[in-house]
This record gives sequence, structure tokens and C-alpha cells, in this order.
Amino acid sequence: MKAFLMHRDQDFDLKAPRPPQAADLAQDLGLPALAGAMAKGDKFLLEVADKVLLRSSRDLDEIAYRQDILKDAVQFPELLRTAYVLTEEAMAGERKVWRTRVNHPSLVLGDAIQLMDVVVVALKGLRGLADAHGDRVRSEGLRRLFAMLRAELDDAYFAGINQHLKTMRSPGRIMIAAGLDEGNKGRGYRLCTPRLQQAGWFRRIFPRRSGEFAFTLDPRDENGTKALAELKDRGLDVVAKALAQSADHIFSFLVMLRTELAFYVGALNLYDRLRQLGAPVAFPLPVPCHERRQDLRGAYDLGLVLDQGRKAVGNDVRMEGVGLVVITGANQGGKSAFLRALGQIQLMMQCGLFVPAEACTGHLCQGLFSHFKREEDASMTSGKFAEELERMSRIVDWLEPGAMILFNESFAATNEREGSAIARQVVEALVAKGIKVAYVTHLYEFAHGIHQQSGIPALFLRAERPVDGRRTYKLEVGEPLPTSFGMDLFRRMFEPEPVAGPGES
Amino acid sequence: MTFRSILRQAGAPQAAGEKPLAPAFAGDINFDQIIEAVTAGRQEYDLEEFFHSPLLERDEILYRQEVMRDLERDDLSACIRTFSARMAAMRAHLRQVEKMYFQLQKERWFLEAAATYCQAAQDLLRALAGSAPGSRGLRAFQDCLARYVGGEAFSSLSREAQRIRKDLDEIRYTVSIKGATFRVQKYDQEEDYGQAVARFFEKFKQGAGKDWGARFHEWPVMNQVEEKILTFVSQLFPEPFSALAQFCARHAAFQDGTLQAFDREVQFYLGYLEFTAPLRQAGLPFCYPELTRESKESHALDFFDLALAHKLVPAKGRVVVNDFRLRGKERVIVVTGPNQGGKTTFARAFAQVHALARLGCPVPGREARLFLFDQIHTHFEQEEATVNLRGKLQDELVRIHGILAQAGPGSLIVINEIFAATTWQDATIMAKQVVARILDLDAVCVCVTFLDELAGLGEGTVSMVSTVEPGDDQVRTFRIVRQPADGLAYALSLAGRFRLTHGQLLERL
Repeated sequence: MKAFLMHRDQDFDLKAPRPPQAADLAQDLGLPALAGAMAKGDKFLLEVADKVLLRSSRDLDEIAYRQDILKDAVQFPELLRTAYVLTEEAMAGERKVWRTRVNHPSLVLGDAIQLMDVVVVALKGLRGLADAHGDRVRSEGLRRLFAMLRAELDDAYFAGINQHLKTMRSPGRIMIAAGLDEGNKGRGYRLCTPRLQQAGWFRRIFPRRSGEFAFTLDPRDENGTKALAELKDRGLDVVAKALAQSADHIFSFLVMLRTELAFYVGALNLYDRLRQLGAPVAFPLPVPCHERRQDLRGAYDLGLVLDQGRKAVGNDVRMEGVGLVVITGANQGGKSAFLRALGQIQLMMQCGLFVPAEACTGHLCQGLFSHFKREEDASMTSGKFAEELERMSRIVDWLEPGAMILFNESFAATNEREGSAIARQVVEALVAKGIKVAYVTHLYEFAHGIHQQSGIPALFLRAERPVDGRRTYKLEVGEPLPTSFGMDLFRRMFEPEPVAGPGES
Repeated sequence: MTFRSILRQAGAPQAAGEKPLAPAFAGDINFDQIIEAVTAGRQEYDLEEFFHSPLLERDEILYRQEVMRDLERDDLSACIRTFSARMAAMRAHLRQVEKMYFQLQKERWFLEAAATYCQAAQDLLRALAGSAPGSRGLRAFQDCLARYVGGEAFSSLSREAQRIRKDLDEIRYTVSIKGATFRVQKYDQEEDYGQAVARFFEKFKQGAGKDWGARFHEWPVMNQVEEKILTFVSQLFPEPFSALAQFCARHAAFQDGTLQAFDREVQFYLGYLEFTAPLRQAGLPFCYPELTRESKESHALDFFDLALAHKLVPAKGRVVVNDFRLRGKERVIVVTGPNQGGKTTFARAFAQVHALARLGCPVPGREARLFLFDQIHTHFEQEEATVNLRGKLQDELVRIHGILAQAGPGSLIVINEIFAATTWQDATIMAKQVVARILDLDAVCVCVTFLDELAGLGEGTVSMVSTVEPGDDQVRTFRIVRQPADGLAYALSLAGRFRLTHGQLLERL
């Protein structure tokens, strides 16, 4: 029995390592705020959101599979939330069973029976949900899950569980089968299935055959009694182990189900929150990586909306076969916000979520990376510029064709000439190797140089500078201009205005 | 081909009766540490004496080098290891026999020992035949083993052991327990309830799952209930048990002496190869030295201190490798230079390489051609704090005199800091005398000293100097490449250091 709500044919692996650069990417794109909105205070939801967001799927089918389940979840929000609560309750029940640490057969058996009682309650609840809603959901994933619950957990099966639990609650008389080991001691002890249909003493349970030898211990023989009890334990051991493992397996099915439900419950939380804030969301249409097509309407940075509860400023961008996006222009003109939106949209789309935009078509990428300038230099040994280069070099080790990388003011920690030369060498090599680059920069020589003479299919966006000096935070297509409107910023700092726009973080 | 020993050729002079002691130089050059590390985990084989007995003849050394080369092959070393593991298991079984007192158990352990022994010999023969060893030693042993395994005594031992073991293995019985009564019967297809339970819950199975099985104390000796049950079982199945008793009586002493000796002696090779394996893995080179008694023109490239490498490699430390070369009349290598520069390590490594070569072992280094010396003499400073300066100098003179008296043209002398306990001027005069005498003797010598004058005593001496690498610790070497001076040199060279230039990136991606 498998939940299979994240992948069509395999479990979601919560323990899988985070992709390389996860920490930097999360920080640069403001993922903590996003995961926080999904978690809504629930630690486990946070953990799952945190993992899923960074673990992009590269499979169009799988993304559609998750989108469909999420659409069901949005339509019947109580269904998945109830299922999630059932699994939560099983977790709580399990914590009350003090699993023994000494593997003594009778203790193991007792614990296993208790845990069975807990998981059976959850299984029955899930069966009930399946009976009630199995036919109303549309997605392949939920239909399969509900059909499986109904088929595998019919009434006869629950009766069978009861029967086994009853037998094991009172193992009075037992028969053990064994062979001889390399020192003629018993080996391979097995408990034999009791024939319960026949009543009476164990001779009738295990009918007598010719050639048997029997011995009765003297009741005062303590060592003998102990030895016989141990032998009995060896027989019970196999069965105790089997039942304990079975209870574990059912429990881990519930754990897996809870993990996979957690993603959708988190998505519902985010959905509700954004609806509350009046921010639009769209289910994106992903296209294969090689199509290199992106059509974004009203794409916005979730961080600004979630953190500050502000209204989103959306940007529209159309890209066909573009390998490089260079974003230049006014300070605090929404360049970084747009870069973050690009990253968020990519990650959210590739994990099966809706995206922060009014509409979105976008190609997949083989891994997303970010190289943002760091405010402070954490390391004492290398200079800021060397740190940037070192970080870049590490990223290069992880890059593969089809990857996407977001640069924010990279290689500006030296003079413009050197920074531009290196930026250009790096970007041209990346694009030549089929890596998509989005680059926010003030390096005019670099941006201008690419614009003037390079074979790269590039799109140039510019943060606009309206006449009165006020920002719209809208990006327009436009070639790089030699100044970055620092004067505007300067004026704003020294001549504060009553209404503030969103700032770059 | 006759076979005498995997360590010594048939026909080679017989070793003396008494166990040789560790050579005097062992402590000075940390050879004792190497021996300890090589023999670690192999105490039961008592291998030290092999490392204390250097070989005299070139051909004997070749005999071992051949075997060692064979055992560097994974297939061959694996089959020998399997053989040794089985022999060890057999001995463990026999120890069990001694510990037991219940006859039915003693007999079974004895059977297991014999069966394990047979399997060890047969599998080894099969594996050797399949691997076709190239060394004289292993091939002679293979012939010898083939004759033994093919003989009637071994065949009947093996056949009987297998048959009885199979019969005993097939026995299945049941014990029914109710209260204080237990009944023993032959097994009659009763269903396994554990499996039945597992099958019922199969649909939930995810992976292997935690093992909830109890850990029972597996005393090899039986308790009274087990003994009673075994007695009942032997009455239910009388034939195999009587065959077992006859087997034990017939084959009381089943082990062959040659096989036992081989099992022990081959550990010399395995121990050394296991000891060097992690070092090889860390990229350190080993080679089989070419040995010559006729010429003292010798060299070793990239050799290193084996005892030190053994400590450094697990700690991810950097092992420094060195070269030495003696040409023409060059005999004495004088090592000078700053402290902490690895001078003593050089001297130790030099002596180790020579000592290991005479055992037939591959030596640290990429390539080596070595003088086949008679004796190693070492003179290292002795740490006796209580002795006053005059006493110390006197002691040193006594020792150095002793060395010069014993040494001859076939000697290898290693001197580490001579006459440090006197004035520089006196030390220089005395040390020059010593070196002159060594040159007269025509012995090969490494002399570590703070006396620079010793390095220039004519064509017989070679001067070597330790250097401390300049530059910061993280980046030891800066490659200098030619580039036009365009003002971007620094940034681009920095980019080059992080392998981020356009060309480097195209290669990396």
C-alpha cells in the first residue's frame, strides 16, 4: 500500500539531501516567508514545504499529476485536511505506546498489539473518507489512493486483523519447529500455526504421531523451567517480530501519507492566505526545457506580499528562445523583486504548486541556482571579490545544461572594468553551454558590451524612471543606460516623501 | 617442483634454530613501528621473526618479490584470505570441542572443524588453478596442495564429513510445550505462523523494517532442556548420529603440517599488503626495487617514511616524498638545512627502504635500485638526560667507534646528528674524521647534521638540503603563466585560480 501523492510511482523521500546550494537559494529568493505561509505555525508542514520547494521535479507529467491533486484539494479543502488529521492522530497514538527497548518477545508482542489498535483506527477512518469521496475527486492521484483503500481494506480484512490479534493475545500452548546448527544446538526456531478449529488439549491441537519422546520437568527444577521458558520465547519471537514489523509498516504507510498530504495542506494554507491578501495565483503551464518559452503576466515577488501585506506589483514578460535576461536600470526600481519572482515561479511551478502571477507559461529548468551579492563578508580569509568567485566556482560544479542561474549584482566587488570582464567571460560561457541566465547588474560596460556585440539571444529589461522621479516598479524592455539613477535614490533619502514604495531587501 | 616454504626457496640455507631478535636499528628508524602495524591483528601467527630475518641472496629476495606480486592480484589475495579465514574458523571449532562436555555437541563441533578444513584446502586449490599464479613459490605450493588434496586420506575425510553434515542438516523436529511438559517429534509440514502473519500484512510492507527480534544469549554450551531435546532427536534419527561418532574416532588428527605452515607464513605477505593498501589508495607509490651487490650506484624516487605515512594518511596529512641518487663514487649523503625540514625523516626513510628491500617487500617509492647491503648500522642521538656532556660525548664516541669497527664495504650507515654535545669546532673536526673513515670503508651512508662543512668532503659526498616552502598555507604553489599586461591581470588571474575564465568554464561545463 502506497500513498503516491507526490510521485506517481514512488514514495516521497523526506530524508533525501537538499540540493546543492539550497541554503543560498532559499535566502536569495525569500523562501522562508513562503514556507512559513504554507506551514501556518505547524512545524511538520514547515519541514515538508521547505524540502519540496527546493526539490524541483523535472518531469512535466509529475508536475501535472501534483497540480491535479492540488486542484482537487482546492475544491474539497476539508477532504485532505481531514485525512491529514487522521494521520496526525495516529502519530499521537503511537507516541503513547512505549515501544520496548529490550526486545523481549512478550513485550514486543504486547507493544505491537497496542500499536495495531492505534493504526487500525486511522485505517478505518481513511476507508470511511474513501467510501464518502472516492467518486467525487477528479485527480488520478486521489482516485487511485481512494480506490486502493477500498479494495485492500475491506471488512473481511479488518475481521482478519481482529482474528490474529485475538490469537496473539493468549498464546497458551505452542509448538516450535527447529533444525540443528553447527554445534547441534537448535536453529531456525519457528512457531507453528495453531489449529484452533479443534478444541482441547494440545495433543488434539497438534495431533499425536508415532515416535515421540516426552519429558516433564520437576516443578522444583528452576533452571529447567527457565530453560524451557526461553525455548518458548524463541518460538514466540518470530511471531512477535512479524507482528511488530507489520504494525511498523502500517504505521510508516500513515507516516508517508501524512508527509505527502502535508505538501497539499501547506499549499491550501498558502492559497487561503494569498486569497485573503487579494493576490492573484495561477496554475502554470509548464513546457519542456528545450522550448525556452516563458510568458508571464503579472508576475510578482511573494516575499513582499507575504512579509508586508502589500499589494503585488506585477510584471509582464514574454520570452522566446531567450538564453539571457539582463536587467538594468534605476535603483529600487523592482529589479531584485522581479529576479526573485522569476526564481519563485520556477521553483513553485516545478514542485507542482500554483505561482505568483496572473498567468504563466514557462519552460522547466535542470536545477535553479542563485548568485546574489552578499552584504557582509563572513569569511576572514578571502576578500569579498574572491568570495564571490569562490562561490561561483562552487556553483559551476553543480551546473548542467538546461539549468537556470540568477545573478544579482554579481562581480561588482571590484572596479567596473574588471567586474565587467569577468561577468562577460562567465555569462558567455554559461550561455554557450545551454544554461539560462538572468542577471541584474549595474555593470554598464558588461551589459552594454553584451548588447552591442555578442551572439547571445538576450532580452534587456530596464527598471523605468518616470519623469517626476517616482517609481512604478514596472520593468520595460530597453537597452542598458549608462547611469543607474543613483541621484534619484539620493534625492529620496534626503527629501523623504509621504508614500513609500517597496524597497529592495 | 618441490615446495619447502612460501617464504624460503627449497634448497636455501636453513635458518638458525633460535628465533631472531629485533635488529638493533629497528627503534632508530621506526622499523619496529612498521612491524607492529604490519602484524597488527595477526598476533596468533607470530610473524615478527620473519621481519627480523633479512634475506642474504638476491634470488631469495626475488622469490619473495614474485609471491608478493602474485598476492597484489585481487583474485589471488582474496582466495588466500578466504583460506586463512577458514583455517581460523577451523581452529575456533576445535577450541569449541575442548570447551564442550556433552558428547553429542563435541562430536558435531569436531565434524565442523574437519569439514571447514576440507573446504579450505579444496577451495584454495580450485582458486589457485583458476588464477594461475606466476611465482615459483605459489606454483610449487599449488603442486604440493594438488597432490595432498588428490590423495586418498584427504578424499575420504572430505567425503565422509560432507555426507554426515548433510544428513544432520536435513533433520527437522518439533517441540511442543505445555506447562512443564515438552514433547519432541519429527517435523511434519506444520505451517510457519510467523510467515502466516507476515503474509497477511504483506500489503503494508515498506522496505526491510526494524528487526524486533530478541537477542538471545547464544551460549555454545547447551542447557539441560536442550541436551534432553538433542538426546531425543538423536533417538528419532539414529543413523546420522552413529555415523558421526565413528567419524570422530577415525579422523582424530586430520591436519597437514605443510598446509598449517603455509597458512601462517603467507600472512607475512598479506599483512604487508594490507598495511600498505590505504597508503597506495592515498596515492603513495610502492615499487619492487632492483637489488645489486656489485654496484653502489643506486637511487630511489619519491620514497617516503613508511611509519610516518601510516600515521599521516588516516589523518589526511600530507606525506612528503623525496629522491636520492648515488652516482659513481658517491657514498655519503650529507643532509643539512633548517630544523623541522624533514631531515631525520629522510634518513629513516632511506634506511627503511633498504631494510624492507631485503625482506622481499615492495618499498615506498616510485622506482628504486638499491645496494644489497650486509648490515645496517644506525647512530641516533640517545636521550639520556642524566649523563653530563662529557659522558654523553664519550658515549657517542664509543658507539661510533663500535660501528666503524664492525662496518665494512657492505655496510649501510645512518647517522642522525653527530657530536651535538660538544663545541661546533670540535664537532666539525671529529665528524670530518668519521666521514673520512666511512669513505675509506667504502660503505654507503646517510649523515644528518648541522655541520655544513661535512657536505663538501670531495667526490664521495653528496649534499642535500632541506627547504621550507615559502608562501601561505592554503595555496602552496602559484603557477605563473604568461599573459599580456592589460591591467586585468590580477582579477583574471584570480578568476583563473577559481577556474572561472571563459576557457576554463567551457571545459568544466
